[in-house]
Amino acid sequence: MNESSRGEVEFTLDGRSVKAREGETIHAACRSAGIDTPTLCWAENLTPVNVCRVCVVEVEGARVLAPSCSRKVEAGMVVHTDSPRVRSSRKLVLELLGSSVDMSLSTDFADYAKRYGAEPGRFGPRAQPSAAGVRESALPGHHEVGDGTRAATVGQPTKVDNDLFVRDYDKCMLCYKCVEACGSDAQNTFAIAVAGRGFDARIATEHETPLPDSACVFCGNCVGVCPTGALMFKAEHDLREAGKWDESKQTETDTICSYCGVGCVLTLRVQDNKIVRVTSPSDSSVTGGHLCVKGRFGFKFVEESPRAP
Amino acid sequence: MDLRHHDVLPTAAERSAVDALLGVEAGDAPPAGFAAVRDARTLLLPALHALQSSVGWVSRGGLDYVCRRLGVPPAEAFGVASFYALFSLVQRPQAFAHVCDDIACTAAGAEKVCSELERKLGAPASGHAKTGTAHEDGAGHGPRWARSPCLGLCERAPAALVTIAGAEPKDCAFGAATASRIEAALAGSPPRIEEAYVASSGPRRLLARVGVADPASLAAYRAHRGYEALARAFELGAEGVLREVTESKLVGRGGAAFPTGRKWEAVARATARPHYVVCNADESEPGTFKDRVLLEGDPFAVVEAMTIAGYATGSQRGYLYLRGEYPLALERLSHAIESARAGGLLGANILGSGFAFDIELRRGAGAYICGEETALFNSIEGLRGEPRNKPPFPAQVGLFGRPTAVNNVETLVAVLDIVRDGAASYTSVGTAGSPGTKLFCVSGSVVRPGVYEVPFGTRLDALLALAGGVLPGKTMRTILLGGAAGGFVGRDQLSLPLSFEDTRKAGTTLGSGVVLVFDDETPMVPILRRIAAFFRDESCGQCIPCRVGTVRQEELLSRVVNGRSTLQGELPLLKDLGQVMRDASICGLGQTASSAIESAVALGLFEDER
Amino acid sequence: MEEAQVILLWGSNARETHPIFFHHVLKAVRRGAKLYVIDPRRTPTAEWSEGWAGLDVGTDIALANGVGRAILDAGLENRKFIANATEGFDAYRATLERYDVERVSTITRVDAELICRMARDFASAERAMICWTLGITEHHNAVDNVLSLINLALLTGHVGKWGSGLNPLRGQNNVQGGGDMGALPHKLTGFQDVEDDVLRSRFEAVWGCKIPPKNGWHLTEMFAAMGRRELTALYVIGENPAQSEADSTHALHCLEGLEHLIVQDIVMTKTAEMADVVLPASASWCESEGTVTNSERRVQRVRRALNPPGSARDDIEILCDLSSRLGYDMKARTPEALWDELRTLSPMHGGMSYPRLEALGGIQWPCPDESSVGSPFLHGRLWETPVRGPRAAFHPAEDEGPVDKLTSEFPLRLTTGRRLDSYNTGVQSGSFAWPMERRETVGIFPSDAARLGLRDGERVRVVSRRGSIEAPVRLDDRLKPGLVFMTMHFPDEVDTNLLTIDATDPRSGTAEFKAAAIRVEKVG
Ligand SMILES: Cc1cc2nc3c(=O)[nH]c(=O)nc-3n(C[C@H](O)[C@H](O)[C@H](O)COP(=O)(O)O)c2cc1C
Ligand code: SF4
Ligand code: SF4
Ligand code: SF4
Ligand code: FES
Ligand code: FES
Repeated sequence: MNESSRGEVEFTLDGRSVKAREGETIHAACRSAGIDTPTLCWAENLTPVNVCRVCVVEVEGARVLAPSCSRKVEAGMVVHTDSPRVRSSRKLVLELLGSSVDMSLSTDFADYAKRYGAEPGRFGPRAQPSAAGVRESALPGHHEVGDGTRAATVGQPTKVDNDLFVRDYDKCMLCYKCVEACGSDAQNTFAIAVAGRGFDARIATEHETPLPDSACVFCGNCVGVCPTGALMFKAEHDLREAGKWDESKQTETDTICSYCGVGCVLTLRVQDNKIVRVTSPSDSSVTGGHLCVKGRFGFKFVEESPRAP
Repeated sequence: MDLRHHDVLPTAAERSAVDALLGVEAGDAPPAGFAAVRDARTLLLPALHALQSSVGWVSRGGLDYVCRRLGVPPAEAFGVASFYALFSLVQRPQAFAHVCDDIACTAAGAEKVCSELERKLGAPASGHAKTGTAHEDGAGHGPRWARSPCLGLCERAPAALVTIAGAEPKDCAFGAATASRIEAALAGSPPRIEEAYVASSGPRRLLARVGVADPASLAAYRAHRGYEALARAFELGAEGVLREVTESKLVGRGGAAFPTGRKWEAVARATARPHYVVCNADESEPGTFKDRVLLEGDPFAVVEAMTIAGYATGSQRGYLYLRGEYPLALERLSHAIESARAGGLLGANILGSGFAFDIELRRGAGAYICGEETALFNSIEGLRGEPRNKPPFPAQVGLFGRPTAVNNVETLVAVLDIVRDGAASYTSVGTAGSPGTKLFCVSGSVVRPGVYEVPFGTRLDALLALAGGVLPGKTMRTILLGGAAGGFVGRDQLSLPLSFEDTRKAGTTLGSGVVLVFDDETPMVPILRRIAAFFRDESCGQCIPCRVGTVRQEELLSRVVNGRSTLQGELPLLKDLGQVMRDASICGLGQTASSAIESAVALGLFEDER
Repeated sequence: MEEAQVILLWGSNARETHPIFFHHVLKAVRRGAKLYVIDPRRTPTAEWSEGWAGLDVGTDIALANGVGRAILDAGLENRKFIANATEGFDAYRATLERYDVERVSTITRVDAELICRMARDFASAERAMICWTLGITEHHNAVDNVLSLINLALLTGHVGKWGSGLNPLRGQNNVQGGGDMGALPHKLTGFQDVEDDVLRSRFEAVWGCKIPPKNGWHLTEMFAAMGRRELTALYVIGENPAQSEADSTHALHCLEGLEHLIVQDIVMTKTAEMADVVLPASASWCESEGTVTNSERRVQRVRRALNPPGSARDDIEILCDLSSRLGYDMKARTPEALWDELRTLSPMHGGMSYPRLEALGGIQWPCPDESSVGSPFLHGRLWETPVRGPRAAFHPAEDEGPVDKLTSEFPLRLTTGRRLDSYNTGVQSGSFAWPMERRETVGIFPSDAARLGLRDGERVRVVSRRGSIEAPVRLDDRLKPGLVFMTMHFPDEVDTNLLTIDATDPRSGTAEFKAAAIRVEKVG
């Protein structure tokens, strides 16, 4: 069935009567109605997992709030996107997230935090990051009981195990996007999955195998969807480490991959005439925002091979 | 699927345990084709159990072998294995003890048992070890015990579960645990099996056969009116069964109190096929042990009731999901299912009715969250036990994405009397809003802890009197009603009639039927912190409000316990955390993670403790 | 693609060679589509399939005919479509007489049951697709191979509608675009015949010059002409024939014999090293402006993101300047001006202005004017009754088997292919920091290796009628007995094309990379 043959439903959104396509999410209807809803774990090219809960809205008659990114509109629904309950929940979600994860590279997070007046510091000073390997070896259903004076975080050292991208899970908000992109939503390689449970849940390869020994094919699609900078191209990571990352000197240009006949759209981010990041627009009908290793990392031949004089 | 596997091999013991489950004909080859691989995924959890119970842990070689056989990506299998507390990804001795330190057991001196064990056996398992590869010799190393949340033996607190891996694994769970009894069990001599204490006031319906009929005998079951209900169901027809169940106003006993008739009807009418029936026997709510008593004491009743549910909802297949820590129930249920099959009471053409139905028994592996119905589906499907967002509800999109009727053990057993004797007979006891009888798990500082069947509307003090009252020489301080996800009630609420409507009116809940009595010698803030720790440990970790909120809640209570701040001073934060967890979490775990704690604070019960 | 119910991937290891295309295949599979993979190797692509038809190298036509025959035997052909929109069916049916499933199973070594299942699923699906790549076209009888697949689509009516059809997956970025633009010996831009005087004169009018009225040579003919010293000067733009041609000894010899060789490229290829003049070019995909066309005929814009290094210049600039020095000043000198000139000459590109390409994220030709949004599939006219334009013809094709015959001296079949991380001769992909180990190996089926007494990792010599190379053995149970596999990614290390045969298809000019007869011997 194609989209237009579906019916329309009418419902109430922030006091206004609006029409939406049947099967559409509240979030999509909000967008059409010009209501800006915060989202962190949602992306248009991935199946909604509705785990971050920053997009919640109030549906009259329901006991709890609903995630607008995945909840479908129903006829007659009465939805509030800015009620005190909604504002309070969004604020708290942002505070909890900010208190446990390094969200410093997410401009969306900074905007939302400002909008909702979130103060992630209210749970006390942050605990020391754990040493390498500690979070990975937690026993499900067990944790060390502290005295409660420091707010536990997911802090840990960055994993650098290959030359193409790094994994800094200190910044991982567990949005599941990378797992979906590596798995059934795009790449179907399944190199990474969520492991562990509760606060110790984390993104991992089997037995924490380094990526080069895992199933990873270095398509970088996980990096492409990561909203927090937890997954980062090595080129960008190195520039940032050296203090040379400078967005004011960067340009973004769309072009087409030079390898096979699929013709993937590439967005090249360039600083100082060097490619520092390759992505693909998530609305491209060819790529759906995803690339393979050649398109993503194969650019180095332009920069590094000895060029014809 | 083009999966990448590793070059580590399983040991002979691991291979044969997995082959015994999956068969050997296929060799190493995974199922051919995408659809076949998808269908094989549901065998992941049983395969992990096969590894764990044969060698005592899940090694790299063993896990990789399972992945090859089932076509499961290793990273996903690792994600699943590392979700469950009963699977160890680091090497362990074959004999291993899980010692309960949850609320009832703590109140009964579990800390003493733990410190003695620590002296005798060394420190408990606590993570911080690397996964590894098994050696052919199979000799186990590492810690020999771990702490555990409620083991569902609260009436005999403190409790322990000892698992002994091997070609013929031997697990046992027992109460009145002491360090020496645990050591003896680890050495292969477990204590004698004790049957639970059960009692009732008024008609015995749910407990009619418990302690009366031999749970291992189909003949005894039939001699005690077993399978009369199924025969009656075939007379009534599926529509008739649906009508009786609806008219009985039976509501679910798993905690959510949803009308069973409505649920079944929705499944029966759903157009997508096939339909499934699931019996939720994951009972892990701290303080709850009533389902265990039914499963151990009257296993055939569960089998018969599931068959009726299947008949009414148009399902040919039922799954019974049993929590992993109930070895005795596992043994008795497996036996009951096999006997029923042998007796023509499961399988094709049951009792000559033309109706076909069968039951598959699945074992959980140490995750409270898998009692949440959609997490349970994911667990059966071989995924991580993460709850799904609702809607869609299970009656539309349930197990394997199909319409599914999922019910608690007690709910199902209640159906037997309803179908056999009719809705009118069922509603003759109880209250108008809550007809029938209910099982309560009475534990803590009472004379006769056990499972009590009383008509709905029985007053709380009457139930306590039935249990012999508070222990001599002690004064009752408060009662936890409904479990960790329930709430505390004060001494002034003893006249509360135990029905859904009255508890709701009083701002509390019957939950899973927990009545856990605390005397005034038990410090309560540590109990609250233990409850907070429970939710932190058992959160699946999916959604931010619960994953982080439960941590912050526990930190807050730790500060109070350690005198770093006062409950009073923490109230605004506690309230905010409660609100976001209740309003924005995906599932009931997060939504109720603060309710007991908030109820305790609201009661002003603990002001004397800071 | 994602709506197809049955997909036959014929001779295509798309999982590795066209990963993003394969994402779409997997979406279809997850929606319940049945995937069949036809490939001598059980490739990662085949691992996703419902059925892997591991045919013997070079028996594609036999298999296609077998499938056709099985469809007829089951009475599943689309009679209405055949009657309405095709011609030549009777001859085709007559050919299929000789391809009963049992015989085909013997020729191809594919299970008869699988052939029938594939035929039944393909024919009875509402929407079904056939996709192919080099596995089909790198054979001496490439055109027949393709025709035999087209026959299957015509037989079942799986053409010209949404979610159905035939889809050649281009191996290289702009193969389709090169063709569109007229980089073919017998075509002008927009697939207009050189030898058609009317069409040609339209170009001549716009360009203000004469165009040679005869078809040119295709690549293989050029090499033949070089061999005959008839072709003495060669201008190579962005190709590396010194390494990419089958039978590279022969190719090198031809290139060495040239009087003058000009190479225009971005890097110093082996061919460039032989050149008299090297014109350094900018990398078209990121250092210049223009368009490319992908396998689904989608014309998309490429843009300059980087400044080219040193003296490297745009291909267009180089060509324009060269043309001026040769005495002809091209009118259009910028990419967009050239494109707009082209739109006036090539009807199928008429509606594709730069702003529209930008706005629509690329357009699939034909797009004759600015009211058209392009064409997601071709040949829709075949479904009109009566059919508009010419009928689609069946072209019966006969099984011939590879040219390079197996003998007791050369008993094994070598086939070549690509791996995910690498690309053709490795000019582009050789230099990036690939974290997984890689090098050329000789893939051999375990039982063959055992028979030859070879261990995993042992160095062996691979000998064909044309040459020999050395490389380490890799045991590979994804092959079949008798089949050996190598890539061609590491020519500096191991020049696989020393072994391959340059028998070419007389019609398309593609060489038989896929089927050399060889033997494998221990070194020392
Ligand atoms: C965290 C959590 C744990 C649960 N555990 C159980 C359980 O162990 N057993 C049970 O029957 N229901 C449990 N439930 C309730 C189930 O989700 C579901 O409502 C119940 O099985 C439905 O059966 P009923 O209608 O017969 O009560 C749990 C719910 C939540 C949120
Ligand atoms: S690079 Fe690709 S294969 Fe590797 S983890 Fe990321 S998405 Fe998966
Ligand atoms: S690594 Fe990035 S994409 Fe993956 S879960 Fe963490 S934040 Fe999300
Ligand atoms: S509320 Fe807690 S247990 Fe439930 S889905 Fe969210 S994180 Fe998981
Ligand atoms: S965006 Fe909706 S839950 Fe994350
Ligand atoms: S068994 Fe220990 S608290 Fe229930």
